[in-house]
Amino acid sequence: MKLFNEPSPLETKIISFRFGLENSASIDTYLAHDGYKALRKALEISPDDIINELKASNLRGRGGAGFPTGMKWSFVPRASEKPKYIVVNADESEPGTCKDRLLIQHDPHQLIEGCLIGALAVGAKKGWIYIRGEYNYLIHIMDKAIAEAYKNGYLGKNICGTDFEFDLYTHTGAGAYECGEESALLESLEGKRGVPRIRPPFPAISGAFQSPTLLNNVETFSSVPAILRMGGQAYADLGVPRSGGTRLVCMSGHVNKPGVYEVPLGFPLMKFVNEIGGGVWKGRALKAIIPGGSSSPLLKAEECDIPMDYDSIAKAGSMLGSGGLMVMDETTDMVKVALRIMRFYQHESCGWCIPCREGTTWLKKMLQRVSDGHGQTRDIDLIGDLAQNMMGRTFCPLGDAAAMPTIAIVKKYRNEFEEYVARNPFASPELVSIA
Amino acid sequence: MTFSPELEAKFADLVTHYPEGRQRAALIPMLMFGQEEVGSITPEFMEEVAKRLGLNTMQVDEVVGYYSMLHKKGMGKYHVQVCTNVACMLRGGAELYDHACHKLGLGHKEVSADGVISLEEVECMGACSWAPAIQVNYDFHHEVTTEQLDTILEGLKK
Ligand SMILES: Cc1cc2nc3c(=O)[nH]c(=O)nc-3n(C[C@H](O)[C@H](O)[C@H](O)COP(=O)(O)O)c2cc1C
Ligand code: SF4
Ligand code: FES
Repeated sequence: MKLFNEPSPLETKIISFRFGLENSASIDTYLAHDGYKALRKALEISPDDIINELKASNLRGRGGAGFPTGMKWSFVPRASEKPKYIVVNADESEPGTCKDRLLIQHDPHQLIEGCLIGALAVGAKKGWIYIRGEYNYLIHIMDKAIAEAYKNGYLGKNICGTDFEFDLYTHTGAGAYECGEESALLESLEGKRGVPRIRPPFPAISGAFQSPTLLNNVETFSSVPAILRMGGQAYADLGVPRSGGTRLVCMSGHVNKPGVYEVPLGFPLMKFVNEIGGGVWKGRALKAIIPGGSSSPLLKAEECDIPMDYDSIAKAGSMLGSGGLMVMDETTDMVKVALRIMRFYQHESCGWCIPCREGTTWLKKMLQRVSDGHGQTRDIDLIGDLAQNMMGRTFCPLGDAAAMPTIAIVKKYRNEFEEYVARNPFASPELVSIA
Repeated sequence: MTFSPELEAKFADLVTHYPEGRQRAALIPMLMFGQEEVGSITPEFMEEVAKRLGLNTMQVDEVVGYYSMLHKKGMGKYHVQVCTNVACMLRGGAELYDHACHKLGLGHKEVSADGVISLEEVECMGACSWAPAIQVNYDFHHEVTTEQLDTILEGLKK
């Protein structure tokens, strides 16, 4: 299948090496390129051995939170009498993120194999891939791959001639960012509004249909076959301590060669932008980078000389998040960016809890007011304070996701907000020049 | 209410995907796939789905109200969705949307008088690295310029 962007020679292709092969989505291509080898290996070792490989790999969740995957898998009570389920989060809707789409489009069998290994590790017999509604064409690709896997004995009963059985289905979403949040996703899977659940219990204990559920992002599951093939330690060594392996980074915005590229964790951020991305477009200077989707606080150009791994980015005050890296050049209007981000969160707030529902609504109104040229100096302070007051006070992390980038933008680019206010002839006196 | 044999087969298959007694889980897929045939989420359609899944219409209605892709009001035969979220905005998504508004004489979620085209400003659609992006129904178009948008829109009128 056609690639949307040219690959870069600087990539380390571990989970994307089949992208661009002829008929890469077909089981024949998959089998000809190491396909289902990891499953055969997993069938020979114990569930604990699988989980230990994952722990050794230092794989961390690629959906946003970066939770250690091996540890998550070990939380599922294998001995429970309830059925265990696998749920794949393919809701991909964090602004800036467009990698899970490629993983399904180019290599659906890799995801199926990852699910099968997860099922072996936790004792699951059924699973669902929850795909956002807009990705309708991926449902067809995935359904076709699932049908091929059944036909070839990789799904259904007696998988690979053993007594292992597993059924896998696609499930469509219907347009809601909040349904990417794991507990809201489970509500949605059960046919309800995507309102999150209180935790604990976490999905590992009580997830889909109130049963123990292993829920991971598409890329997380897709990384599992490579880990079993090469061994957990070898995979970990590709990255840096505490951030194992590679990940797909989605580069967008003001760069010459935007695209999705696979790099080891710890890859230098500026090298990524300048050498893989071909640098900032139009010969302009870099202003800021949003490193991990719109929820992650932006980094000013001078803060960007860091490696891309979970800990380094956290130390710089942001998050590696979903891998949605947005580059902004010197002409970018930060008030407009803050407003657009808040319009998104206000639209997507599920409305369940007041700090988020009201907070995002008021923040949007205030940012709109500043952007329209009617802002006052006190609005700038109020925007910062209100966002700060949402932090940690909402029912699910969407509230934080809305507040964090806002706090960062107001703090780092306060001067731009002040310039908007200064242009307002009716602004509070302290900023209007008398002359 | 009757559906095409293909849709009936799809519905029959869907309910087998979920654990016994949990057939409500088929609700959102049924609404999504059914909407393509029915055109929108009509009261009769909601009643029919509710009946089949052992729910009351209110339970279906509250679900429909939550999801942005479930439309009670029919959209055009070609539903043009323009993303203006940050990655697209940085590469001209907002201007592209304005251009579409002027060109079509439509605003957000409005349908042309002949019912052929509707327009919607949408959130990130997962095409950020190939921005600005639009979707016409389920078809993606990447790195769309205003000229290309014109060509795409002209093509829809035929
Ligand atoms: C508002 C919100 C939206 C989210 N959207 C997604 C998403 O689209 N895809 C995803 O994989 N995880 C998303 N997450 C993270 C999930 O809740 C969950 O942590 C993740 O799917 C777990 O998988 P992982 O450990 O493999 O990353 C979202 C979280 C929040 C709070
Ligand atoms: S923070 Fe509250 S209102 Fe916002 S999405 Fe989560 S539960 Fe809903
Ligand atoms: S921001 Fe437009 S597709 Fe992601």
